[in-house]
Amino acid sequence: MEREARRAPGLPPDHDLVERLRDRDEAAFALLVDSWSGGLSRLARSFVATNESAAEVLQDTWLAVIKGIDAFEGRSSLKTWVYRILVNTAKRRGVREGRIVPMSSLAPIDEDYGPTVDPDRFLDAGHEWAGHWREFPALWPSPEQAALSGEVRAEVVAAVADLPDRQRIVITLRDVEGYTSEEVREILDLSVANQRVLLHRARARVRARLETYFAAVDAERVGGEAVS
Amino acid sequence: MSDLECNEFVELVTAFLDGALDAETEGRFVDHVAACDGCDRYLDQIRQTTQTLGSLPPESMSDEARESLLDAFRNWKR
Repeated sequence: MEREARRAPGLPPDHDLVERLRDRDEAAFALLVDSWSGGLSRLARSFVATNESAAEVLQDTWLAVIKGIDAFEGRSSLKTWVYRILVNTAKRRGVREGRIVPMSSLAPIDEDYGPTVDPDRFLDAGHEWAGHWREFPALWPSPEQAALSGEVRAEVVAAVADLPDRQRIVITLRDVEGYTSEEVREILDLSVANQRVLLHRARARVRARLETYFAAVDAERVGGEAVS
Repeated sequence: MSDLECNEFVELVTAFLDGALDAETEGRFVDHVAACDGCDRYLDQIRQTTQTLGSLPPESMSDEARESLLDAFRNWKR
Protein backbone atom coordinates (compact mmCIF):
# COMPACT_ATOMS: atom_id res chain seq x y z
CA MET A 1 0.00 0.00 0.00
CA GLU A 2 2.66 2.42 1.07
CA ARG A 3 4.71 1.53 -1.95
CA GLU A 4 1.78 2.17 -4.30
CA ALA A 5 1.22 5.52 -2.67
CA ARG A 6 4.81 6.43 -3.31
CA ARG A 7 4.78 5.24 -6.88
CA ALA A 8 1.74 7.30 -7.78
CA PRO A 9 1.47 10.21 -5.37
CA GLY A 10 -1.72 11.52 -6.88
CA LEU A 11 -0.06 12.87 -10.00
CA PRO A 12 -2.13 13.72 -13.07
CA PRO A 13 -1.69 11.39 -16.08
CA ASP A 14 1.43 11.76 -18.22
CA HIS A 15 -0.19 13.43 -21.22
CA ASP A 16 -1.63 16.10 -18.96
CA LEU A 17 1.70 16.68 -17.19
CA VAL A 18 3.65 16.84 -20.43
CA GLU A 19 1.22 19.35 -21.89
CA ARG A 20 1.44 21.51 -18.79
CA LEU A 21 5.24 21.41 -18.79
CA ARG A 22 5.26 22.41 -22.45
CA ASP A 23 2.95 25.29 -21.55
CA ARG A 24 5.57 26.34 -18.95
CA ASP A 25 3.24 25.64 -16.04
CA GLU A 26 5.48 26.16 -13.02
CA ALA A 27 3.13 24.44 -10.59
CA ALA A 28 3.30 21.26 -12.66
CA PHE A 29 7.09 21.40 -12.70
CA ALA A 30 7.23 22.00 -8.93
CA LEU A 31 4.90 19.04 -8.41
CA LEU A 32 7.21 16.72 -10.33
CA VAL A 33 10.34 18.03 -8.65
CA ASP A 34 8.75 17.49 -5.24
CA SER A 35 7.39 14.06 -6.09
CA TRP A 36 10.40 12.51 -7.77
CA SER A 37 13.53 14.22 -6.43
CA GLY A 38 13.68 11.95 -3.37
CA GLY A 39 13.88 8.76 -5.39
CA LEU A 40 16.09 10.33 -8.05
CA SER A 41 18.53 11.59 -5.49
CA ARG A 42 18.78 8.16 -3.84
CA LEU A 43 19.50 6.61 -7.20
CA ALA A 44 22.05 9.27 -8.10
CA ARG A 45 24.02 8.41 -4.98
CA SER A 46 24.44 4.88 -6.26
CA PHE A 47 26.52 6.17 -9.15
CA VAL A 48 28.62 8.99 -7.76
CA ALA A 49 31.06 9.43 -4.91
CA THR A 50 29.61 12.22 -2.80
CA ASN A 51 26.34 13.83 -1.77
CA GLU A 52 27.46 17.01 -3.50
CA SER A 53 27.95 15.18 -6.78
CA ALA A 54 24.55 13.53 -6.39
CA ALA A 55 22.92 16.91 -5.80
CA GLU A 56 24.53 18.25 -8.97
CA VAL A 57 23.44 15.22 -10.97
CA LEU A 58 19.90 15.80 -9.75
CA GLN A 59 20.08 19.46 -10.71
CA ASP A 60 21.47 18.66 -14.16
CA THR A 61 18.78 16.04 -14.65
CA TRP A 62 15.95 18.46 -14.05
CA LEU A 63 17.57 21.04 -16.31
CA ALA A 64 17.80 18.38 -19.03
CA VAL A 65 14.12 17.59 -18.47
CA ILE A 66 13.23 21.25 -19.02
CA LYS A 67 15.29 21.37 -22.20
CA GLY A 68 14.10 18.04 -23.50
CA ILE A 69 10.39 18.02 -22.68
CA ASP A 70 9.39 19.35 -26.11
CA ALA A 71 11.14 16.38 -27.68
CA PHE A 72 9.62 13.78 -25.31
CA GLU A 73 7.85 11.22 -27.49
CA GLY A 74 5.97 9.25 -24.88
CA ARG A 75 7.56 5.93 -25.79
CA SER A 76 8.04 5.26 -22.08
CA SER A 77 6.27 6.76 -19.11
CA LEU A 78 7.36 10.29 -18.21
CA LYS A 79 8.84 9.04 -14.96
CA THR A 80 10.89 6.35 -16.66
CA TRP A 81 12.12 8.94 -19.14
CA VAL A 82 13.24 11.25 -16.31
CA TYR A 83 14.93 8.34 -14.53
CA ARG A 84 16.78 7.43 -17.71
CA ILE A 85 18.06 10.99 -18.01
CA LEU A 86 19.26 10.77 -14.42
CA VAL A 87 21.00 7.45 -15.01
CA ASN A 88 22.79 8.77 -18.08
CA THR A 89 23.82 11.97 -16.32
CA ALA A 90 24.96 10.08 -13.24
CA LYS A 91 26.89 7.51 -15.26
CA ARG A 92 28.86 10.19 -17.09
CA ARG A 93 29.61 11.84 -13.81
CA GLY A 94 30.50 8.56 -12.09
CA VAL A 95 32.86 7.62 -14.90
CA ARG A 96 34.54 11.01 -14.64
CA GLU A 97 35.00 10.55 -10.91
CA GLY A 98 36.44 7.10 -11.47
CA ARG A 99 33.65 5.70 -9.37
CA ILE A 100 32.18 3.42 -12.00
CA VAL A 101 33.49 2.01 -15.21
CA PRO A 102 31.47 2.52 -18.37
CA MET A 103 28.19 0.89 -18.62
CA SER A 104 28.66 -2.68 -19.68
CA SER A 105 29.77 -3.06 -16.07
CA LEU A 106 26.24 -3.20 -14.69
CA ALA A 107 26.03 -6.81 -15.82
CA PRO A 108 26.77 -9.41 -13.15
CA ILE A 109 30.37 -10.58 -12.77
CA ASP A 110 31.74 -13.81 -11.28
CA GLU A 111 31.34 -12.74 -7.68
CA ASP A 112 27.61 -12.21 -8.22
CA TYR A 113 27.11 -15.92 -8.81
CA GLY A 114 27.53 -18.83 -6.40
CA PRO A 115 25.75 -19.48 -3.10
CA THR A 116 24.11 -16.48 -1.46
CA VAL A 117 23.83 -18.25 1.89
CA ASP A 118 26.97 -19.50 3.62
CA PRO A 119 27.30 -23.21 2.65
CA ASP A 120 28.29 -23.94 6.27
CA ARG A 121 24.71 -23.27 7.23
CA PHE A 122 23.74 -26.53 5.51
CA LEU A 123 24.61 -30.17 6.26
CA ASP A 124 27.47 -31.62 4.23
CA ALA A 125 27.23 -34.10 1.42
CA GLY A 126 27.19 -37.61 2.80
CA HIS A 127 24.91 -36.66 5.65
CA GLU A 128 21.47 -38.22 5.55
CA TRP A 129 19.98 -34.73 5.34
CA ALA A 130 22.67 -33.24 3.12
CA GLY A 131 21.78 -29.77 1.88
CA HIS A 132 19.30 -29.11 4.70
CA TRP A 133 19.73 -26.43 7.36
CA ARG A 134 22.08 -27.37 10.18
CA GLU A 135 20.06 -24.98 12.28
CA PHE A 136 17.07 -23.01 11.09
CA PRO A 137 17.55 -19.27 10.74
CA ALA A 138 16.75 -17.65 14.09
CA LEU A 139 13.34 -16.13 14.51
CA TRP A 140 13.19 -12.34 14.01
CA PRO A 141 11.10 -9.91 16.03
CA SER A 142 7.82 -9.14 14.31
CA PRO A 143 7.84 -6.12 11.99
CA GLU A 144 5.24 -4.54 14.27
CA GLN A 145 7.75 -4.13 17.05
CA ALA A 146 7.97 -0.48 16.25
CA ALA A 147 10.56 0.34 18.89
CA LEU A 148 13.11 -1.35 16.68
CA SER A 149 12.09 0.02 13.35
CA GLY A 150 14.24 3.16 13.25
CA GLU A 151 17.34 1.14 14.00
CA VAL A 152 16.31 -1.61 11.62
CA ARG A 153 15.95 0.92 8.83
CA ALA A 154 19.34 2.43 9.62
CA GLU A 155 20.83 -1.06 9.45
CA VAL A 156 19.22 -1.68 6.08
CA VAL A 157 20.44 1.67 4.74
CA ALA A 158 23.99 0.81 5.84
CA ALA A 159 23.74 -2.67 4.31
CA VAL A 160 22.63 -1.23 0.96
CA ALA A 161 25.43 1.34 1.05
CA ASP A 162 27.97 -1.48 1.45
CA LEU A 163 26.80 -3.41 -1.61
CA PRO A 164 28.82 -3.37 -4.84
CA ASP A 165 27.54 -0.61 -7.17
CA ARG A 166 25.65 -2.82 -9.60
CA GLN A 167 23.82 -4.64 -6.80
CA ARG A 168 23.03 -1.41 -5.00
CA ILE A 169 21.64 0.23 -8.13
CA VAL A 170 19.33 -2.68 -8.87
CA ILE A 171 18.04 -3.18 -5.31
CA THR A 172 17.48 0.57 -5.00
CA LEU A 173 15.29 0.64 -8.07
CA ARG A 174 13.47 -2.63 -7.48
CA ASP A 175 12.95 -2.77 -3.72
CA VAL A 176 13.41 0.77 -2.44
CA GLU A 177 11.68 2.60 -5.30
CA GLY A 178 9.37 -0.27 -6.21
CA TYR A 179 10.00 -0.41 -9.96
CA THR A 180 9.06 -3.56 -11.86
CA SER A 181 11.73 -5.61 -13.60
CA GLU A 182 10.44 -4.39 -16.96
CA GLU A 183 10.77 -0.74 -15.91
CA VAL A 184 14.27 -1.35 -14.59
CA ARG A 185 15.16 -2.98 -17.90
CA GLU A 186 14.12 0.25 -19.62
CA ILE A 187 15.90 2.52 -17.16
CA LEU A 188 19.19 0.64 -16.94
CA ASP A 189 19.17 -1.31 -20.18
CA LEU A 190 19.83 -4.43 -18.10
CA SER A 191 18.09 -7.71 -18.90
CA VAL A 192 15.53 -9.08 -16.47
CA ALA A 193 17.66 -12.20 -15.96
CA ASN A 194 20.78 -10.17 -15.11
CA GLN A 195 18.79 -7.95 -12.78
CA ARG A 196 17.55 -11.00 -10.95
CA VAL A 197 21.07 -12.30 -10.33
CA LEU A 198 22.06 -8.95 -8.81
CA LEU A 199 18.83 -8.45 -6.90
CA HIS A 200 18.95 -11.95 -5.45
CA ARG A 201 22.46 -11.49 -4.12
CA ALA A 202 21.72 -7.99 -2.84
CA ARG A 203 18.63 -9.13 -0.94
CA ALA A 204 20.48 -12.08 0.56
CA ARG A 205 23.21 -9.76 1.80
CA VAL A 206 20.81 -7.28 3.32
CA ARG A 207 18.92 -10.14 4.99
CA ALA A 208 22.19 -11.55 6.35
CA ARG A 209 23.04 -8.15 7.78
CA LEU A 210 19.67 -7.95 9.52
CA GLU A 211 20.17 -11.46 10.84
CA THR A 212 23.47 -10.43 12.40
CA TYR A 213 21.86 -7.30 13.79
CA PHE A 214 18.91 -9.13 15.36
CA ALA A 215 21.24 -11.75 16.83
CA ALA A 216 23.30 -8.99 18.46
CA VAL A 217 20.19 -7.29 19.83
CA ASP A 218 19.00 -10.61 21.17
CA ALA A 219 22.35 -11.40 22.82
CA GLU A 220 22.34 -7.97 24.46
CA ARG A 221 18.85 -8.47 25.78
CA VAL A 222 19.67 -11.91 27.18
CA GLY A 223 22.91 -10.55 28.65
CA GLY A 224 21.02 -7.68 30.26
CA GLU A 225 18.52 -10.06 31.77
CA ALA A 226 21.28 -12.25 33.19
CA VAL A 227 22.86 -9.26 34.93
CA SER A 228 19.64 -7.91 36.41
CA MET B 1 11.22 -35.09 -10.25
CA SER B 2 13.33 -34.79 -7.12
CA ASP B 3 12.78 -32.85 -3.94
CA LEU B 4 14.56 -29.56 -3.42
CA GLU B 5 17.22 -29.28 -0.75
CA CYS B 6 17.25 -26.18 1.46
CA ASN B 7 20.48 -24.91 -0.10
CA GLU B 8 18.78 -25.03 -3.52
CA PHE B 9 15.59 -23.47 -2.19
CA VAL B 10 17.33 -20.33 -0.92
CA GLU B 11 18.73 -19.65 -4.39
CA LEU B 12 15.28 -19.71 -6.01
CA VAL B 13 13.61 -17.22 -3.69
CA THR B 14 13.97 -14.15 -5.91
CA ALA B 15 12.84 -15.95 -9.04
CA PHE B 16 9.86 -17.28 -7.08
CA LEU B 17 8.90 -13.81 -5.82
CA ASP B 18 9.20 -12.51 -9.41
CA GLY B 19 6.87 -15.27 -10.58
CA ALA B 20 9.63 -16.43 -12.91
CA LEU B 21 9.90 -20.13 -12.00
CA ASP B 22 8.60 -22.68 -14.50
CA ALA B 23 5.52 -24.54 -13.27
CA GLU B 24 7.40 -27.68 -12.27
CA THR B 25 10.06 -25.85 -10.27
CA GLU B 26 7.45 -23.65 -8.67
CA GLY B 27 5.60 -26.77 -7.59
CA ARG B 28 8.73 -28.17 -5.98
CA PHE B 29 9.41 -24.81 -4.34
CA VAL B 30 5.95 -24.62 -2.82
CA ASP B 31 6.08 -28.27 -1.69
CA HIS B 32 9.36 -27.56 0.01
CA VAL B 33 8.25 -24.45 1.85
CA ALA B 34 5.16 -26.27 3.06
CA ALA B 35 7.32 -28.99 4.58
CA CYS B 36 10.33 -27.03 5.86
CA ASP B 37 10.03 -24.52 8.69
CA GLY B 38 13.58 -23.25 8.17
CA CYS B 39 12.94 -22.31 4.55
CA ASP B 40 9.52 -20.92 5.37
CA ARG B 41 11.29 -18.63 7.81
CA TYR B 42 14.00 -17.74 5.31
CA LEU B 43 11.44 -16.78 2.66
CA ASP B 44 9.58 -14.72 5.22
CA GLN B 45 12.76 -12.91 6.24
CA ILE B 46 13.49 -12.05 2.62
CA ARG B 47 9.97 -10.63 2.38
CA GLN B 48 10.50 -8.68 5.60
CA THR B 49 13.77 -7.36 4.17
CA THR B 50 12.11 -6.13 0.97
CA GLN B 51 9.29 -4.58 3.00
CA THR B 52 11.78 -2.65 5.09
CA LEU B 53 13.58 -1.55 1.94
CA GLY B 54 10.26 -0.35 0.52
CA SER B 55 9.51 1.73 3.61
CA LEU B 56 12.67 3.82 3.68
CA PRO B 57 11.79 7.52 3.74
CA PRO B 58 12.68 9.41 0.55
CA GLU B 59 15.56 11.81 0.69
CA SER B 60 14.77 15.46 0.27
CA MET B 61 16.23 18.17 -1.84
CA SER B 62 17.59 21.37 -0.32
CA ASP B 63 15.32 24.44 -0.50
CA GLU B 64 18.08 26.28 -2.31
CA ALA B 65 18.39 23.65 -5.02
CA ARG B 66 14.63 23.56 -5.41
CA GLU B 67 14.42 27.34 -5.75
CA SER B 68 17.18 27.47 -8.32
CA LEU B 69 15.39 24.84 -10.41
CA LEU B 70 12.12 26.71 -10.29
CA ASP B 71 14.05 29.86 -11.32
CA ALA B 72 15.55 27.98 -14.24
CA PHE B 73 12.10 26.82 -15.24
CA ARG B 74 10.69 30.36 -15.05
CA ASN B 75 13.52 31.74 -17.16
CA TRP B 76 13.26 29.02 -19.74
CA LYS B 77 12.49 30.70 -23.05
CA ARG B 78 10.90 29.14 -26.02
